[in-house]
Amino acid sequence: MEVPILKQGEYLIASIQSALTDADLLQLRDVLVAQVGRYRSRGVIVDVTALDVMDSFATRTLRDIAHMIRLRGAETVIVGIQPEVAFSMVQLGLTLEGVVTCLDFEEGIAYLDSKKGGASTKVGSKVRSRT
Amino acid sequence: MRSMKSSEGVPGSCPCARVEIRTDTDIVAARQKGREIAMASQFAPADATLIATAISELARNIVLYAQTGEVLLSRVENGSRVGIRVIARDDGPGVADLDLAMRLGYSTSGSLGLGLPGVKRLMDEFEITSAPGVGTRVSVLKWRT
Repeated sequence: MEVPILKQGEYLIASIQSALTDADLLQLRDVLVAQVGRYRSRGVIVDVTALDVMDSFATRTLRDIAHMIRLRGAETVIVGIQPEVAFSMVQLGLTLEGVVTCLDFEEGIAYLDSKKGGASTKVGSKVRSRT
Repeated sequence: MRSMKSSEGVPGSCPCARVEIRTDTDIVAARQKGREIAMASQFAPADATLIATAISELARNIVLYAQTGEVLLSRVENGSRVGIRVIARDDGPGVADLDLAMRLGYSTSGSLGLGLPGVKRLMDEFEITSAPGVGTRVSVLKWRT
């Protein structure tokens, strides 16, 4: 089953809809790594809210996704790990160390925005005049 | 044949389901079946997730090391207690060093072992029987809280 991937500005959003097989996860990994290059994305959000089970393979693959995408110059955030899934992961010793996780999609976007380098103009802020 | 038990097993009722394990798709089928049976037995969703996760790990070991095997799921009753028993068995090469397998867990370096200590932590009862050339049988049980 393919995971839908949306492009939102400089970010890619992958929303996992249901239980993924190992092959599906590997395909997601390869597609995301390729698309980061195609769209020159700066950030990737992988939303696992609907993932019913996060086992060793899923955890390892998500960690690989984050590391591979970082090697390509972009940041990955995993969002939406459910409480019981978090409990299972901890019992299995799967901590996703080195991978950024946020509570949900909104937090994930906020995190990626905060990592964006370069100047950005906020609406309503004063413009400094050069002297 | 070496056998390691963490506690005595409780006789189970006839299996609710049997899932043949051969591919990664079967891993998903087995854990979804486990969740389904747990929910039908009024397990809390959180506990159903633990059971499904344990099934996923055990079924994956079958796919990785034995190529084929099966997962048997059954509802167990002991007085007022209700539990779900999961038996994952195969005719694969068996675990050469059970002591080591029960010590090895997941580490940050990526070395994973069989994940058996983790599965044991998820469940209430854990029993493994395995020997090279004979195959492997892992039986775990989770009581409803």
